[in-house]
Amino acid sequence: METFLSKYTKTAPAEVTTWFKAASVNDFPKDGGACVKYKDKQIAVFNFERLNQWFACQNLCPHKLEMVLSRGMIGDHQGIPKVACPLHKKTFSLESGENLNGDLPAIATYPVKIEAGFVYIGFSD
Amino acid sequence: MKNIIVIGNGMVGYKFCEKFVAAQTTGFTLTIFGEEPRPAYDRVHLSAYFEDENATKLEMAPASWYTENNINLITNNRIVDINKEAKTVTDQHNQQHTYDYLILATGSVPFVPPIKGVEKEGVFVYRTIEDLEGMIAYAKHINQIKPNGKAAILGGGLLGLEAGKAVMDMGLEPHVVEFAPKLMPRQLDARSSKVLQLKLESMGIHIHLSKATNQILGDEVITGMEFGEDDILETDMLIISAGIRPRDELGKSCGLKMGIRGGIEVNNRMQTSDPYIYAIGEVALYNQMIYGLVAPGYDMAHVAVQQILGHTDITMASDIDMSTKLKLIGVDVASFGTPFMPADKGLSIIFENKTQFLYKRINVSLDGKKLLGGIMVGDAADYSMLHQIYLNGMAIPEDPAQLILPASEGGGLLGDIMDLPDEAQVCSCESVSKGQICNTIETGAATDLAGVVSCTKAGTGCGGCKPMVKDLTEATLKSLGIEVKDHICEHFDFNRQELYSLIQVKGYETFNEVLDNHGNGGHGCEICKPVIASLMATIHADTANKEYAIQDSNDRFLANIQRNGTYSVVPRVPGGEITPDKLIALGEIAKKYDLYTKITGGVRIDLFGATLNQLPLIWKELISHGFESGHAYGKSLRTVKTCVGSTWCRYGMDESVSFGIELENRYRGIRAPHKIKGGVSGCIRECAEARGKDFGLIAVEGGWNLYVGGNGGANPRHAELLAEQIDNQTVIKYLDRYLMFYMRTAKPLQRTAAWQERLDGGMAYLKEVIIEDKLGIAADLEAEMQTLVNKFECEWTQAVNNPEMMKRFNHFVNSKEEDDNLVFVPMREQKMPQQWQ
Ligand SMILES: Cc1cc2nc3c(=O)[nH]c(=O)nc-3n(C[C@H](O)[C@H](O)[C@H](O)COP(=O)(O)OP(=O)(O)OC[C@H]3O[C@@H](n4cnc5c(N)ncnc54)[C@H](O)[C@@H]3O)c2cc1C
Repeated sequence: METFLSKYTKTAPAEVTTWFKAASVNDFPKDGGACVKYKDKQIAVFNFERLNQWFACQNLCPHKLEMVLSRGMIGDHQGIPKVACPLHKKTFSLESGENLNGDLPAIATYPVKIEAGFVYIGFSD
Repeated sequence: MKNIIVIGNGMVGYKFCEKFVAAQTTGFTLTIFGEEPRPAYDRVHLSAYFEDENATKLEMAPASWYTENNINLITNNRIVDINKEAKTVTDQHNQQHTYDYLILATGSVPFVPPIKGVEKEGVFVYRTIEDLEGMIAYAKHINQIKPNGKAAILGGGLLGLEAGKAVMDMGLEPHVVEFAPKLMPRQLDARSSKVLQLKLESMGIHIHLSKATNQILGDEVITGMEFGEDDILETDMLIISAGIRPRDELGKSCGLKMGIRGGIEVNNRMQTSDPYIYAIGEVALYNQMIYGLVAPGYDMAHVAVQQILGHTDITMASDIDMSTKLKLIGVDVASFGTPFMPADKGLSIIFENKTQFLYKRINVSLDGKKLLGGIMVGDAADYSMLHQIYLNGMAIPEDPAQLILPASEGGGLLGDIMDLPDEAQVCSCESVSKGQICNTIETGAATDLAGVVSCTKAGTGCGGCKPMVKDLTEATLKSLGIEVKDHICEHFDFNRQELYSLIQVKGYETFNEVLDNHGNGGHGCEICKPVIASLMATIHADTANKEYAIQDSNDRFLANIQRNGTYSVVPRVPGGEITPDKLIALGEIAKKYDLYTKITGGVRIDLFGATLNQLPLIWKELISHGFESGHAYGKSLRTVKTCVGSTWCRYGMDESVSFGIELENRYRGIRAPHKIKGGVSGCIRECAEARGKDFGLIAVEGGWNLYVGGNGGANPRHAELLAEQIDNQTVIKYLDRYLMFYMRTAKPLQRTAAWQERLDGGMAYLKEVIIEDKLGIAADLEAEMQTLVNKFECEWTQAVNNPEMMKRFNHFVNSKEEDDNLVFVPMREQKMPQQWQ
């Protein structure tokens, strides 16, 4: 399982080597998320319409290691955009990946860009 | 070792034990004798027994408490003799017991006036659980033999009025007969008494004043009461509540000093004329008075314990506060201090409004500086505060009228509760001061009302001080900078009920509208989103498909997420009735998709292990076989469990399955603050366990008994009786109102049981709202429910027929593949998810 988790590493915009064209913006719910498959990775992508921002992170919740984060609700905690895992409501910052209501390891976040109506996720591999 | 014997295991005898245990002394053995068959119970709340016939709930402490504290409790045994010289008592089995100190806590018995015919069948007194059992059985009997039975109550005092309400709740027409020309002659003046009378009459309680009963009519069984020659009241039952007489026979027979009209005389140390014998509670005559209230009895218990332990400076106060607030009868009545004021001793200010059944009177000192007493009828919300101002001699406004005038007329100037002195006794039953209450919070021993109550016991006696304890708790928390709010989360400064009104009044249809107009500038979260989703569903009958991104995990995908991220599928099987064909269809579908299959606790069939992608496929097949969503994933109606009822069962009194199905189909799909479960049993054997549900029905002779607010789970609770012997239509009417009232006012994720328990005014209030329509909202509640029922739509059918909605049931947006992370392992011929690491 450890290797499983280690597949996902936080990627800063400057480190991006590949912009993966995931899907049309219309495929994602407003103020909600969906899951994107990239190679053997599962990436949760959120259209945070209220902030006019997109976020991406691993779909894997570090709590029980299930592929579920994309199905969670999003929102903010004191201004920090976050996602709540649908299984036990563990919440994570969509910016830093930090666990906001516990001390689970941070989740990996990825840069997102929108071009010509398409969602691109940035990877360094 | 010194032996202490207490005679009488009533409220005060028990309190003696409790105070004794709290003093943590050694060198004594404590034995308590009780004539009643059970350990001491809360007589003050005896009428609650009419609601649920639950004697255990009324216990002051279970029998095990006495054992744990080394108290020898002997119930069902009467002491018949005292030998002062030998210091022994003799019990009814002729056994002798020696004492060093003897405590008489034998209480009192109802006074039965020597009226011809009082021995007839159908005449009751109101003092013990056995009395109530007798009354309940008799009232049932009357209800069975005639439609409009009547019950009379002899005595229009505090207790008589409580009894009047109780017989009304038992379905009989109540008639209160009072000898004096006014009700509650000891507590009320003539005008307030009149206002109370009007109010009670408006509730359906008949009042007969200035009536002296000559005889009870009937052969063996009561049929009426005769006041004068042509003055007769027909009645099927009579409850005598004409005052109490101390049970002082032991004192008399062993030669203790007695009062002229009975009662065992005590000094301010609670000692009788024999220094080793104490008397406390309603048997004790102190200052030439018997106090028919529990609080002075508790104080006496405290004094007696301290005296025996050698703290001889602790004595009984010379002034006993006789302030009272009437409970349980659906109208506020209170009187405190000196309610009637001779004109040369003080001045009275009176506010009366008969159109609203309101009367308030306060008496102030001649210089207008001190509050001396008062009376309130119709609205006693300010009673606790006025009572405290009186008890503590606090300053009053220059124009004392401001204490009782409505706020709109310059009144409402009661002052701040935190101005009370620390010594102010807030709970007189448990002797808890304001200082003690505030202290539990200041020291961190308690952080909320429930904590304060469990630390101090404040409010657990008569309950009259509850509002004040609540206010003090909140004010103290606030003074510590701890805000007491029930805002749903950081994004709204509103609670659920407030948001409910906002959405309803403004007609908002989306989460963003509510957030933009009433939020705190944030973007919502996993707490407020589902709350608002649920409110939208309740108010507009929306299904969870409408705005799926704000739905809670399960509602979003219309299925229950399981621990590995797969889902379970539960189609509705109303009332648990299913055809063999449908069973076969379920089996075949489960087999096809390799789903783990189990019968749920709610008697339906649950299919586990479906992936997100499979959900719509499975549902298409289920729908084609005539199934619909079971809403097992929603905070909504789950199942109405039924027993087979009179359709098959040889004991069944009614068709529980048919009615269960009707109810399940009626309430299916509605979203509520939490899940709702129902049950319908065809007879009192209760095979459907209906009383463990949010609503439960039991078929009885003449209709259904409707119970509400039950729960299984972590805090099991039996549902309480809302109405008896009602027909199907009335059940639906009351249930519509009850459920809608709950949906409007509960907190997020609060089950009916917890909601009902915290409802101010309790079951009595609930009945007033649901049955008597006290708030005038019943028609609205019914209409709102009917709209929800009419607009019901199966959300799975809606989803599978709409390609746009179907898009969300894919694990990936960019691939048709399924989650490759899933691992199942075999188990008992089926499968289960691999254990978590
Ligand atoms: C329906 C009702 C409502 C009430 N409401 C209120 C209210 O709102 N506020 C309020 O302050 N008060 C109220 N009261 C009054 C209150 O209940 C009494 O003040 C209180 O119970 C007195 O306690 P006690 O221990 O002195 O007497 P009890 O509770 O009567 O206990 C005496 C016990 O001693 C037993 N006993 C007697 N003789 C013997 C013997 N020889 N051997 C062994 N056992 C014996 C009796 O069986 C009894 O169990 C109410 C009373 C009733 C009946």
